Amino acid sequence: MKRFLLAAAFFALLLLIWDAAFRARIWSPVLLPSPWQVAIYLKNAAVDGTLVKATVITMRRLLVGYFIGLVVGLPVGLLTARWKLFGDTIGTMALGLQTLPSVCWVPLALLWFGQTEAAMLFVVVMGTLWSVVIATETGVRNVPPIYRRAALTMGSKRLHMWFKVILPAALPFIVSGMKQGWAFAWRSLMAAEIFVTILTGFGLGQLLHYGRELSAMDQVIAIMLVIVVIGLLADKIFFSPIERFLHRRWGTSQA
Amino acid sequence: MHLAGRHRSSATEELQVIAPSKLAIEEVSKSFQSASGTVLALDRVSLNVAEGEFVCLVGASGCGKSTLLNIIAGLEKPDSGTVLADGKPVTAPGRDRLVMFQESALFPWLNVFGNVLFPLKLKPNLTNKDRHDVAKYYLELVGLTRFERANIHELSGGMKQRVSLARALAPNPRVLLMDEPFAALDALTREQLYGDIQEIWKARRKTIVFVTHNVREAACLGDRVLIFSPHPGRIQEEFAVKLPRPRDINSVDLAGYATRITKALKSLGKTATG
Repeated sequence: MKRFLLAAAFFALLLLIWDAAFRARIWSPVLLPSPWQVAIYLKNAAVDGTLVKATVITMRRLLVGYFIGLVVGLPVGLLTARWKLFGDTIGTMALGLQTLPSVCWVPLALLWFGQTEAAMLFVVVMGTLWSVVIATETGVRNVPPIYRRAALTMGSKRLHMWFKVILPAALPFIVSGMKQGWAFAWRSLMAAEIFVTILTGFGLGQLLHYGRELSAMDQVIAIMLVIVVIGLLADKIFFSPIERFLHRRWGTSQA
Repeated sequence: MHLAGRHRSSATEELQVIAPSKLAIEEVSKSFQSASGTVLALDRVSLNVAEGEFVCLVGASGCGKSTLLNIIAGLEKPDSGTVLADGKPVTAPGRDRLVMFQESALFPWLNVFGNVLFPLKLKPNLTNKDRHDVAKYYLELVGLTRFERANIHELSGGMKQRVSLARALAPNPRVLLMDEPFAALDALTREQLYGDIQEIWKARRKTIVFVTHNVREAACLGDRVLIFSPHPGRIQEEFAVKLPRPRDINSVDLAGYATRITKALKSLGKTATG
């Protein structure tokens, strides 16, 4: 409770400073709207449905792409860790592509797929995939051999060995890879939505873009806030509980 | 699904099955490539272990005794020679010969109960309730019922090795292979476990091959103590320990055995260096 109050006080202070800066009229109100204007935009956008619609569209693109990235990345990571041939080929390629900022996929996606949902999806998948592949590979390679030997004597082999021993043992690595993949996918999707107008739906990135076109700074700041809040929620609701579980089980650190 | 013609044993039956086994190791050799050339870890080692016997292998580290254990377990293949468990050649790891490892090989992603349950889930012809009952029985046997929900990292070294023991015992193996299981523990915990292991061995009639470099430990636990010489690894001498059980590691008689075994080990060292 004390931690919550301190955090609340901190954000209240930030708002006060913002409001004071607005009142001081150092910058034009077009460039720096008041917190109230932003709040009013948020309220109106929430009431007329644009905000909800944009959030749903963005989250759908993100979740579908992220899920595909996971479903493909996990087995590919296992393959590259298990067989040298895959490690030398696909593993090296994954390592290379992972260093490529995922925004760099946007031009290629546009030329290949045009201004379609497929282009958005492609960018998100590319953002997720390589991180998950690399993390899975690293995780599997770091499983202490003694787990494998112990499991062998107890009669575990093949699929059972993979699903009940190797994968759980590699879980801490895989989860950090999933987290990195999520961050990359989120960033690349926002970039793609800002660059590209797609007629099948306006996402948050597009609202941000039109905020700039209209010089509607309240809209720009409001959408940025929504994007921050979504990122925070994903972390707190999805990743934090998993990481807390891992820390508790493995005894790695007390968060 | 009903498996016609298959016998399904209940938890109580499962616990009543006493399954002793004998091991026959014949002329087993094994060499490794190292930076300084080929090392002959085992040189035509032969050894018979009777049903329900407790055999200890002693020797300096690197003398090949752990290699022999791994070969019996089926985790490594010998270059030549054969290992027979109950008359059948050993070609791969099997549930009838379980290993309790030196360092804790417990799985950190499972809690204590999950670890003991792990080998039972791989054992066919048991219902899930049977598996739970059997796991509970062995946790009680090693005195850790209160800690069944604990995470592995929360346990002390001695408790971890107790869980390892329960996990190795749970699928009711015929042979228990123990690779310096108490080496990392403090003296007090070790002494407690010497008592426990003798009790369990007596109650469950296991055949045990126990590897250690601690002579007293070997004299305390073994029916027979075999001395290994390094480079090449060979069984040099054999001592039958004829003391009543349960044995106390601090008893005078046991110290007598330990002194004789230590002397034999030291003379090995002399011939090796001189």
